[in-house]
Amino acid sequence: MKLSKVFYNGLIKENPIFVQLIGMCSALAVSTSAKNGLAMGLAVTGVLIGSNFVISLLRKVIPDKIRIPAFVVVIATFVTIVEMFMKAYTQDLYSALGIFIPLIVVNCIILARAEAFASKNGVIPSIVDGLGMGLGYTLALLILGSLREIIGAGSIFGKQLFGPAFEPALIFIMPPGAFILLGILIAIFNTVRKKKAAAEAN
Amino acid sequence: MSLFTILISTIFVNNFVLSRFLGICPFLGVSNKTETATGMGIAVTFVVTLSSIITYIIQKSVLDKLGLEYLQTIVFILVIAALVQFVEMVMKKTSPTLYSALGVYLPLITTNCIVLGVAILNIQEGYNLIQTIFNAFGASVGFSLALVLMAGIREKFELIDIPEALEGFPIALITAGLMSIAFLGFNGLV
Repeated sequence: MKLSKVFYNGLIKENPIFVQLIGMCSALAVSTSAKNGLAMGLAVTGVLIGSNFVISLLRKVIPDKIRIPAFVVVIATFVTIVEMFMKAYTQDLYSALGIFIPLIVVNCIILARAEAFASKNGVIPSIVDGLGMGLGYTLALLILGSLREIIGAGSIFGKQLFGPAFEPALIFIMPPGAFILLGILIAIFNTVRKKKAAAEAN
Repeated sequence: MSLFTILISTIFVNNFVLSRFLGICPFLGVSNKTETATGMGIAVTFVVTLSSIITYIIQKSVLDKLGLEYLQTIVFILVIAALVQFVEMVMKKTSPTLYSALGVYLPLITTNCIVLGVAILNIQEGYNLIQTIFNAFGASVGFSLALVLMAGIREKFELIDIPEALEGFPIALITAGLMSIAFLGFNGLV
């Protein structure tokens, strides 16, 4: 498989949030603003690249029967590294994302990629797959976070977009807004995909 | 905080699914039928409560004493994975009926973020052992409540005409959003 195809696959075609529908918890919880969404996306990308790299290196060494616990230990190690790094250098982001940083361990995306890709492919494709999937996740979080921030607070990356006459719909910053907006986004994504598939079939 | 306040807070006000977004995957994945939702709810309640007690004891008696707090994530996830496996084995031996009812959900629970999430939150909030037990129990009852309510609503979906684009996941998410708005009504209760 060509590397560019692997990358595109993760970013758009098999986008973790919009298409595979995995890793929802953190996506819904941290997308209160564009900045938080971007930071969480990059943290997950870092862990994903690291864990895919190590697991693809060890794929012939790890016995099949205990592969899941072995994967989890590798993933948890990278999550701890990212957690310590964020605590040291980006204190405010660390407290904004809170419990969802350690919870990257149980983010289904990472274990799913380890199981479905890194344990079956070489080192270079695995890194590219981690990068593609990670950026696909980041993209989804950035879209969700930006929309929630624009509708719910009238700003993006903390910059005010509208005049004082704009009345922000606070509900979109709160939990219900995350559910509803993601539902609408997935519906749009599905419709576009179906239209495209129908056009290709003709 | 009193124990009763913890229970009300975790079940209704700060419902773990609808306002803290923990355990969304099973919430959307296993909520097609009320029966399976109830089974999953009971299995989660059992595992969350048990794992909270064990991780609390490990944190206080091993990690804190040896100054290994930074290993929290790794140790907790391994303890949870081992515990789930153990519960599955014990259940298979001692109560085959319960196992056949809950067996399929048990492996799924390891990657349910509510288990690890509650275990870490107990430590972060500085609860003692009794408060930890109440917090864990309340969290999982809140999860089960949301799951069963959702399953009840989703069963009705089969009878109604849903726009094509919204079928499946999108309508489930929007429903969850509306439920979440309803749960906002509990704000200020404690």
